[in-house]
Amino acid sequence: MSIAEKENALIDDFSIYDDWMEKYEYIIELGKDLPQIEEQLKTDDHLIKGCQSKVWMNAELKDGKVVFTADADAVIAKGIIALLIQVLSNEKPQDIVDAKLDFIKEIGLQEHLSPTRSNGLVSMVKQMKMDALALNMTA
Amino acid sequence: MVETSFDIELIRAQFPTLQQKVGKYPLVYFDNGATSQKPKVVIDRLDQYYKLENANIHRGVHYLSQISTDNYEKARKSIQAFINAKHDHEVIFTSGTTDGINLVAQCFGTLLEKGDEILITELEHHSNIVPWQMIAAEKGLLVKYIPLLENGELDWDQLDELLTEKTKLLAFAHVSNSLGTINPAKEIIKKAHSNGTKVLLDAAQSLQHFKVDVQDLDCDFLAFSGHKVFGPTGIGALYGKEDLLNEMPPYKGGGDMIKTVSMEKTEYNELPFKFEAGTPHIAGAIGLGTAVDWLSGFNYNEIQQYEDELLSYATEQIKTIDGVTIYGEAKNKSSILSFLIEGLHPYDIGTLLNQQGIAVRTGHHCTQPVMDHFGIPGTIRASFCFYNTKEEIDLFINALKKAVDMLK
Repeated sequence: MSIAEKENALIDDFSIYDDWMEKYEYIIELGKDLPQIEEQLKTDDHLIKGCQSKVWMNAELKDGKVVFTADADAVIAKGIIALLIQVLSNEKPQDIVDAKLDFIKEIGLQEHLSPTRSNGLVSMVKQMKMDALALNMTA
Repeated sequence: MVETSFDIELIRAQFPTLQQKVGKYPLVYFDNGATSQKPKVVIDRLDQYYKLENANIHRGVHYLSQISTDNYEKARKSIQAFINAKHDHEVIFTSGTTDGINLVAQCFGTLLEKGDEILITELEHHSNIVPWQMIAAEKGLLVKYIPLLENGELDWDQLDELLTEKTKLLAFAHVSNSLGTINPAKEIIKKAHSNGTKVLLDAAQSLQHFKVDVQDLDCDFLAFSGHKVFGPTGIGALYGKEDLLNEMPPYKGGGDMIKTVSMEKTEYNELPFKFEAGTPHIAGAIGLGTAVDWLSGFNYNEIQQYEDELLSYATEQIKTIDGVTIYGEAKNKSSILSFLIEGLHPYDIGTLLNQQGIAVRTGHHCTQPVMDHFGIPGTIRASFCFYNTKEEIDLFINALKKAVDMLK
């Protein structure tokens, strides 16, 4: 599936909930399937800056595609990074850099997590793109 | 029953912000420690200023300038009355508590010598720590701390030992923003004075809850923010005793703070203008004057009694939730409830409360040393104002229970 197709699938998934509490329940569930970062990589170097909770992320290149793993000490942050990984992991670095990620707006997540210092959604996306860009240059 | 003028519905009706919904939930605003909502009288005053009175103050010979100057100076008198300062020129308009403390740190700081000591406490907001660390680094001063106890009170028993002949200033919070602890200001100030130490009181969290009288407390400086006492943002005031303010040189140069300027030298203006360089926040000052006049119309004993009731009720209710730890259990406490729930991150709780219309604050509340003391990264803080109700506390507790169920 392309990034756009994965985004559309998520928009469909979210469309069945009309209550934001239900959407959060779903986000929390997604966090439970998060591809876990290895314990020894949970260092300050892997922390995403700008989150109120701790979110560690690692990016590696495998067969020309970026594979993300992560963990977080807050359940909702964990769900959100899982959501982003679901869309962006196993994709080519350039595709990740170019991804518009309109689904964030479509499912209404943006409004609920405005780009302030108290939430990490924007920081997470930025870090994923920066990691992809760095890996693109080494590839 | 004592006759009371305290009608909660009439009070709430004066706050347009409180009449809103967040999605399908009524807004429950429990972030009063961060900022208070504004009564209509303040909003209307700002509106009137910009519609009918806007002009730069002082020096203007024209009609509007005279009106705005008069109203700006009238606001200073309102603040003078509000804190019971002896003179109106002891009230300096600042941008807020942080600005006031920085002014004292920089200007009083120039009077200090290498090796002098500043005494603060472990309970302070960063804005009452960092300015002292900065001037200490610049002038070779030493910053010492009154330690915090487990219940959220300060260990004032150590005051005698920490006050030395070199302690030139003691700066402390009247009320802790993260734990709610009310410090026994009058008693502490008396002790400091007997040591020849001047005192700055950070009143950011006190004036909105109880009567503060600078002459009765005998503090040398007092800083507060307008936006926490129902006034506009970006304005606040610093009170300082006349002789001290006269002794201190200004640290901001510019218009309005001078008497004469030549190419060689400048003669500073008198108080309070010496410390108010540049065009001030005129509308803000006038709005703040209105806010404190409005607040002064209430009986503080009733406010305090009502807020104490809200805090006791919330404390009692929150204890029914499994795994709750309350941070800050001082005997004398303001209406701030800081807590954590075992195994759950404050950010998750705050996010899910927000989804249900409840506004609380999560994080370290700009008091990292307090959080370090308890070995926690932050708390969830619900801070109450006298426009809040027990019904809102019920909504908060139910929303909290729902959040806990979702997260556990």
